Amino acid sequence: MSFQTFTFYAFAAILVFAALRVITTRNPVHAALWLVLSFFTAAGIWLLLQAEFLAIALVLVYVGAVMVLFLFVVMMLDVNFDSLRQHFRSFLPVGTAVGMLVLLEMALVIVGSAVGRTVSAPAAPAGSNTQALGMLLYVDYVYPFEIAAVVLLVAIIAAIALTHRKRREMKHQDPSAQVRVRASERVRLVSMPSEKPPV
Amino acid sequence: MSLPGAPTLAHYLVLGAILFAISMAGIFLNRRNVIIMLMAIELMLLAVNMNFIAFSHYLGDMAGQVFVFFILTIAAAESAIGLAILVLLFRNAGSIDVEKFGRLKG
Repeated sequence: MSFQTFTFYAFAAILVFAALRVITTRNPVHAALWLVLSFFTAAGIWLLLQAEFLAIALVLVYVGAVMVLFLFVVMMLDVNFDSLRQHFRSFLPVGTAVGMLVLLEMALVIVGSAVGRTVSAPAAPAGSNTQALGMLLYVDYVYPFEIAAVVLLVAIIAAIALTHRKRREMKHQDPSAQVRVRASERVRLVSMPSEKPPV
Repeated sequence: MSLPGAPTLAHYLVLGAILFAISMAGIFLNRRNVIIMLMAIELMLLAVNMNFIAFSHYLGDMAGQVFVFFILTIAAAESAIGLAILVLLFRNAGSIDVEKFGRLKG
């Protein structure tokens, strides 16, 4: 058994186990941490497939950003998670049946077409994977790349706009009101009769 | 060819199918917990990405990896907006139980 074979089976076993724990664990914080483990092992499998850039991007983007977001939300919300688990056992037969059905369908497709046919991987192209991906991304796929950037911008603005709330008790400056102010609103001249100075 | 041998294209496809089935079952198992459902969707996208990268490697076409790049981008945006909606739901409804979100049903 070569090192690559051993690595594939080890990573695949850890990945499947971690994915099973994600959907069955009681505590959502634990589920998020199991999901982190499954992303790490998936990145390892992607390294076996010589997709180095995407493996690193998966670790950086998912483990570094998205999972931290998940953990942040799970810890911020004060939810009684035990009440959400009440019907877990009643959903168990349906969930298992649907999972097995999906697996069976996909197995039929894969066994009918891919298993038994050995596709030998072509030789890796010269240069690094990152360089090849960059050439493709910035030359052939430059418009989708820019659209993806716009989608990310929309997501940023939407996430902030959705969760932003104005607090009544907070005091803050209103710059537009400060700019629009006039001299007459600042100083009020009051005419009043002069008084005699005290003797 | 026997399956437990050196990894071939079929191995990666089977792994992707198992991951997809697990996440599909996870959505049904955690029908009341939106956070776990979002995590199952992330797992599902991971399974799809696994297939894309396996095909990209075995067919020698880099376009599959470009697709994975875009899927990662869109999935990050999706989970950010999904979690924002979740926070909003919790703030307004006081719960993340899916069963209680039938308010529009009348």
